[in-house]
Amino acid sequence: MEENHQATQIPKAGVSMGSDRKALNIEREEICIETRGLNLYYGEDQALKDINLRIPRNRVTAFIGPSGCGKSTLLRCFNRMNDLIDICRIEGEISIDGQEIHDRNIDVAEHRRRVGMVFQKPNPFPKSIFENVAYGLRLQGVNDRRKLAEVVERALRAAALWDEVKDRLDDNAFGLSGGQQQRLVIARAIAIEPEVILLDEPCSALDPISTAKVEELIIELKDRYTIVIVTHNMQQAARVSDFTAYMYMGELIEFDDTSRLFTNPRRRATEDYITGRYG
Amino acid sequence: MDKLHLDKHISRQFNEELESLRQQVMTMGGLAEEMISDATRALVEGDSELAQKVVDADDRVNDMEKAIDERCIFILARRQPTASDLRLVVAMIKTINDLERIGDEAEKIARMAISLAEAERPRNNYRELEIMGTTVRGMLRDALDGFVRLAPEVAVDLVREDKNVDADYEAALRQYHTYLVEEPRSTRRILDAIWVARAMERIGDHAKNIGEYIVYLVEGKDLRHASLAEMERELTDDDRE
Repeated sequence: MEENHQATQIPKAGVSMGSDRKALNIEREEICIETRGLNLYYGEDQALKDINLRIPRNRVTAFIGPSGCGKSTLLRCFNRMNDLIDICRIEGEISIDGQEIHDRNIDVAEHRRRVGMVFQKPNPFPKSIFENVAYGLRLQGVNDRRKLAEVVERALRAAALWDEVKDRLDDNAFGLSGGQQQRLVIARAIAIEPEVILLDEPCSALDPISTAKVEELIIELKDRYTIVIVTHNMQQAARVSDFTAYMYMGELIEFDDTSRLFTNPRRRATEDYITGRYG
Repeated sequence: MDKLHLDKHISRQFNEELESLRQQVMTMGGLAEEMISDATRALVEGDSELAQKVVDADDRVNDMEKAIDERCIFILARRQPTASDLRLVVAMIKTINDLERIGDEAEKIARMAISLAEAERPRNNYRELEIMGTTVRGMLRDALDGFVRLAPEVAVDLVREDKNVDADYEAALRQYHTYLVEEPRSTRRILDAIWVARAMERIGDHAKNIGEYIVYLVEGKDLRHASLAEMERELTDDDRE
């Protein structure tokens, strides 16, 4: 009997049980990305209106809101993707680690290395699995096979894909399933050691199992990276994020701890959106 | 229910599901309320037939609890409600639990009423129990009314009333103590009366709990186990925009 008693491990009260945690307060977080008075125009149309937002480091922040609310546009600002659009004009400040990202002395290529991005549709290159992950390093001039193999394995392991592909690293990446391709793209992003990973609806083309794997991965990665995710799937935002921003028609309506926002939002507009009401 | 905008979902089906559930909770509450008043009257009037009606009604309350629970679980699984919808479903699940317990307590009172109907009546004809029964029934009515009106302030009144009921219960106990000493041959009857007082005191607790669920539903705040002062403070500062 005595032995049996010892064998039974009852979890102690207060032991962390996954999502069991106190509400987070942005004021107590270390800030990674900050925008001040951010306005963005596509020609005459204003797509972002006076966005003031602080995104905490090593947390997952989700942007939610109806189509056209500006959430993807805002995400793209962070790695200067909007630079590629001629008619796009930006006012205001965006800083990462306190440094304004539009400063003249910022090297855009280096900036995009620090701020990786994963899109809605997995976009592997028409190359082998190995070369997809090694691509960024080769761009940086790394060609040492041993070094590359090491980084590729580490990135694939971090992206929870290693066990599924380790025996076929030289196969074409297009042979992977959609979910595997998406994790491959995430591996490619983390191979070059970014600080921030931006995810633009990363699971919208994936089945529920692949979605669950990517979500699990997102939660694991936040220990090392600051993650910002745009999603149409509110339950996904609720599942993976620590903070949530609700946007509507180019404005930031509410930003709060995710648990708070989904159980007791401060603004009626947020409530109407997340509960599926017409406001 | 206007404040919750229950009719504003894009899914009309969901509007109807929540509205019909809310009505079922109110029906169940109404039944529990009737059980308290019938049980109290049966006790005072020595009406065993009415008491038996209360005992039978408990099955219906139990069945309603199961049916509403099941519907709430369906909504959680199928709709994944958030914000006020989520709080409404959670508040309903909790409320029906307390209503079911109120039904049990009323049933206990009714059984005592049957047993006491045979016994000799005390001089005051259970006046103290009649008062307690009327009070706790009023508390439940206020709680249900607060649920319909989404009036979190009823929680404060219910906490106050509950304190009064507790005091009445203590007073009744002291009184019965004296009787036990003075009238040893009425021991059986006095013990039954103690059980009734205890059941009524518990009903007060359950009604108070429902008030706290209304606060959670409307304000998103958990004020269970809060002091009266804390509760009043929390209910006056409003951070909603």
